[in-house]
Amino acid sequence: MLSNLSQKLSQTFAKLRGKGRVSEADVDAAMREVRLALLEADVNFKIVKEFVAKVRERAVGVEVLESLSPDQQVIAIVRDELQQLLGGSRHRLNWSSQPPTVILLAGLQGTGKTTTCAKLAGLLKREGKKPLLVACDIYRPGAILQLQTVGEQIGAPVFEMGTAPPPQIAREALKYAREHAHDVVILDTAGRLHVDEAMMAEVRQVHDVAKPDEVLLALDAMTGQDAVNAAQAFHDTIPLTGVILTKLDGDARGGAILSVRAVTGVPVKFVGLGEKLDAIEPFFPDRMAGRILGMGDVLSLIEKAEHAFTEKQAVHMEAKLREGNFDLEDFLSQLQEVRKMGPLENILGMIPGMNKMVPQGGAGLSVDEKHLGRVEAIIRSMTPKERRDPELINGSRKRRIAAGSGTSVQDVNRLLGQFRDMRKMLRQMSAMASGKVRMPRGFNPMARMR
Amino acid sequence: MLKGLFRNLGAAITGRKLDEALLEEWEEQLVMGDVSLNTTEYLLNQLREAARKGDAASDEDARHSLQSIVVDVLDGAGDSDGQTALRFAPEGLTVWLFVGVNGVGKTTTIGKLARRMAREGHRPLLVAGDTFRAAATEQLQEWGRRADCPVIAQQQGADPAAVVYDGIAAAKSRGRDLVMIDTAGRLHTKSNLMNELAKIARVVERETGRPPEETLLVIDASTGQNGLTQARSFTGSAPLSGLILTKWDGTAKGGIVLTIAHETGLPVKLLGVGETLDDICDFDAKEWTQTMFS
Repeated sequence: MLSNLSQKLSQTFAKLRGKGRVSEADVDAAMREVRLALLEADVNFKIVKEFVAKVRERAVGVEVLESLSPDQQVIAIVRDELQQLLGGSRHRLNWSSQPPTVILLAGLQGTGKTTTCAKLAGLLKREGKKPLLVACDIYRPGAILQLQTVGEQIGAPVFEMGTAPPPQIAREALKYAREHAHDVVILDTAGRLHVDEAMMAEVRQVHDVAKPDEVLLALDAMTGQDAVNAAQAFHDTIPLTGVILTKLDGDARGGAILSVRAVTGVPVKFVGLGEKLDAIEPFFPDRMAGRILGMGDVLSLIEKAEHAFTEKQAVHMEAKLREGNFDLEDFLSQLQEVRKMGPLENILGMIPGMNKMVPQGGAGLSVDEKHLGRVEAIIRSMTPKERRDPELINGSRKRRIAAGSGTSVQDVNRLLGQFRDMRKMLRQMSAMASGKVRMPRGFNPMARMR
Repeated sequence: MLKGLFRNLGAAITGRKLDEALLEEWEEQLVMGDVSLNTTEYLLNQLREAARKGDAASDEDARHSLQSIVVDVLDGAGDSDGQTALRFAPEGLTVWLFVGVNGVGKTTTIGKLARRMAREGHRPLLVAGDTFRAAATEQLQEWGRRADCPVIAQQQGADPAAVVYDGIAAAKSRGRDLVMIDTAGRLHTKSNLMNELAKIARVVERETGRPPEETLLVIDASTGQNGLTQARSFTGSAPLSGLILTKWDGTAKGGIVLTIAHETGLPVKLLGVGETLDDICDFDAKEWTQTMFS
């Protein structure tokens, strides 16, 4: 298994420190690692070739800066180029000057079109729009009912005409939308293989009738090399205006998106992050670049943390850390903040190196939400004095706390031990932040809390 | 260095040195077919070995050698006798469990397979274990109608293990001999969903006295390298017995199953090639390999 590209590159360049310039041989060695990383991430073979050639050209002869190590410099170039290939950030949806705005979703079977339609409708509803969902998948058994069910869940009406021809459904749906003042129409089409001529002709007809303002391709993040062929065929048939990358909540690196970008040039507009109907987010190229390289999604994590923590809390926490008097009160409030950030498994996936540890069934790493509840109960059963000074907690206090929280003395002991470890680690972290200590490999703050 | 020299020398005496351009072309074909780099390297090394023994005298021979190496990997993954046929319980009820990530075609595969099994004289009963996705039950029920098989289901949100329990009980009382369990698509990174799968397998074992005869991971032909992770993770919760490759009628080759066979020893048992009832066939390693290199 390929480990983190940044680790590999730092190994490659380890012998290089102190040299003035990156040689061609050095770059070749680095490019082999880049190539491996991209292919493992499912970026198309041919696109990898072009990409590596481009990066190589930029990397050869780069002066080794004082401030950056050669591996950091190469990574910077790779990230740069990747981000460029992934396109600019935050593309908005195209709006029609004459409502309704029509959005058509297309793609291969099983990429998540129906779920994504509902997510989009929910998103637009929150923005004050009045979306209409249209069931144009007349083939898959249960497809209409599925759209109706998810439509009901988010409170968007669904237009359907059973198994009438999809172009006709689209026409009638637009009429219905105008009559009922829907300002957005979302067409859910059947999944189809790009080599199925009859089905491609059909989606073309729907497209011609509906004249969509947005033609979005739903792309499964787990797609492999063939993404180029599918994207090309769809783009040739119904010119795409954007891509939605689905199932990004798994551990697939999602390199197929690079292939699709390279072939179609259209921007990625959203990413799907789970089966819940609000699990849709805008696309951030910088984070995706990090993910494809196996460098985690540090930026997303930072942003999520920013949402959850107010600045004041952060300043307060930092001061506490600096002074080294982090107590159980702080531990409790931290725990609550972390839980505010969403399901822990999502957060863990964003930490670099973590996504490499999850694949093996996730057994060693899964954080039990219930367990966190137990930890909270234990701390809440302590007196304020005990929380501020855990050293006070003797045997009889432990028994009282265990009884109060419905746990055992062993549970209380374990928590206190973990807290001590955590405090030690936090001291290291604050030292790290000031540049004194290097981040240990496989650093895993969450594991301490189990 | 020295080893390389000996290899080249050996090739000069017994066989010949393979054309590097040709090897590169094959590497490209394999990687572009979603075979992993690791497996690709293994195959090409085996080919070099074959060439050293003189089994690749011409380009055409080399191509044949490579193909038979691929077929060996796929066949070697089956039961010891090379059989990849679906397994039935020696007596009583046979249970097959279908698992996979979202959208790979589990429900469709069950529908198609149910009809085929009914035709071959079995008496299948389908269990709607996907109680999560909206309308998943109705989808299976429609396939049940088409294949003329009973479907056991509960309402959306029910405990899948309870549906499975019902299904097995119903099969026993109605004299059905084959239970095919549909499950919700789940990403292998979600530990709660993977635990749910383990629970289903436990219920099967408790109720029939045997683990499921087959636990089949359904893999979409367009799946990339994540497929290997899927196979490893799923087998951790519900030990897999084989793979089903679906949507093979497109341009995607589904080479990840070769990697899964190579890395985990799981055989490919079935191939899904379309959306109609008859679009399912036994996996033929030779045919699949030819397509890979076409």
